[in-house]
Amino acid sequence: MEWLQQLFNGISLGSIYALIALGYTMVYGIIKLINFAHGEVFMIGSFTGFYAIAFWGLGFFPALILSMAVCAVFGVLIERIAYKRLRSSTRIAALITAIGVSLLIQYVVIYIRGAQPEAYPNVLPNRSFDIFGVQISSQSLLILLVSVVLMIILQFIVHRTKIGKAMRAVSFDPDAAKLMGINVNNTISATFAIGSALAGAAGVIFGVYYTKIEPLMGIIPGLKAFIAAVLGGIGIIPGAVIGGFVLGIVETVVSALGLSLWRDAAAFIILILILIFRPSGIFGKNSKEKV
Amino acid sequence: MLKVEEIDVYYGSIKALKGVSLNVNEGEIVTLIGANGAGKSTLLKTLSGLLKPKKGKIEYHNKSIAGKQAQTIVKAGISHVPEGRRVFANMTVEENLELGAYLRKDTKRIRVDFEKVFELFPRLFERKKQLSGTLSGGEQQMLAMGRALMAKPKLLLLDEPSMGLAPLLVKTIFNIIEEINRDGTTILLVEQNAHMALSIATRAYVIETGSVITSGTAEKLQASEEIRQAYLGGM
Repeated sequence: MEWLQQLFNGISLGSIYALIALGYTMVYGIIKLINFAHGEVFMIGSFTGFYAIAFWGLGFFPALILSMAVCAVFGVLIERIAYKRLRSSTRIAALITAIGVSLLIQYVVIYIRGAQPEAYPNVLPNRSFDIFGVQISSQSLLILLVSVVLMIILQFIVHRTKIGKAMRAVSFDPDAAKLMGINVNNTISATFAIGSALAGAAGVIFGVYYTKIEPLMGIIPGLKAFIAAVLGGIGIIPGAVIGGFVLGIVETVVSALGLSLWRDAAAFIILILILIFRPSGIFGKNSKEKV
Repeated sequence: MLKVEEIDVYYGSIKALKGVSLNVNEGEIVTLIGANGAGKSTLLKTLSGLLKPKKGKIEYHNKSIAGKQAQTIVKAGISHVPEGRRVFANMTVEENLELGAYLRKDTKRIRVDFEKVFELFPRLFERKKQLSGTLSGGEQQMLAMGRALMAKPKLLLLDEPSMGLAPLLVKTIFNIIEEINRDGTTILLVEQNAHMALSIATRAYVIETGSVITSGTAEKLQASEEIRQAYLGGM
């Protein structure tokens, strides 16, 4: 039963990675940029949720929605200010800019509010159920449920709505999309908005689940989510979800084996192995670069 | 309907079009013939807003569209079927057609136009739910044309619709082009297959290394010794 317990914990952790990884993969899919500032959007989301709950007394769901909205706007601002003008420059220039934006956000937040951590207030009732000998808290169940619902909504947006179809068209062939009358700039902004909103949600969920947040909290989950996105095949939406869950489960299993100090290393070992043996990821096809 | 005056277009520092002028009247099929790399596709891309002219005028219904965004031009009634079809291979036939109607809000009329496109291309109806990447070249050409028609264009720009297709299929496609034209859509057709293009066109322009070298009615060009030597394989 110990194993089932770990599996459940892994899925909970994995759902957070998956939410963040979705933003990475969507942005990569549409402008071929690894948005390294994405972990910072997650951090901003976490803090927005924290202030909303601790100072304005909002409940979990209002705080979640507020934080998603703030992050959506924040993500679009980053894109419009920092990345838009680099769209026709080399990919390495955009990548370096993304790293720069990431550091800028981290240290501006530290400058404004200091580097001290905060304890996330307890907003969700926490009861434990015992199912087949597995301790499942109502909190982690709710968190998992919220993540899954968000992923289903995303799937609906991408496949059934006009903006979702525009996003897929632009990511497949921007010029052909233009010929359909699609506004490529707005579509890219919408992608950033949706991806960032998911990161914001992940931030609040992370805060509730792990209770400690601080301005540099986005770095490691951001990198892990990046690994999850690569693992699933970057640019492929279902890949990010599966990659997130796999990574979450692997990490908890490594911890359960008594190797918790190796937890982070395990994630990066996965990255290295994937890059060596299957660089296009689990779901990726081996495609040649388009000329 | 469409008037192009003395446009210069650059690809980076390479001058791809030099002082090109042409016009298209309502109801015509005008064809642009010329060798590979002569600048035919560049001209279409400039008309549909993918490239911006450095100099010159482009007027559509007496309004300047030079350098306007692609979406503005689609809205004005010009649709472009690009070279190589460029269908969204990751989406179904139906989704591709929906994207063609992206800017339209008249849901009811869109449904009517779906039927029209399926009437014109019954093959597409059969493959409605299929991913368009799995279609044959001819079917993809049909899809690209159907997709452009979903925008309800008044002027249709066609770039090399016969490329890579079997002769019989080329014939089918050209018949359909004539049918689209009879339905009231003006057509500007770029072709390497000059013989086919001239057989359906009202007028033609011959373009060579970025400049129009001659133009006239299709009959006149078909009869010209020079054109026959250069583009019709001396037939």
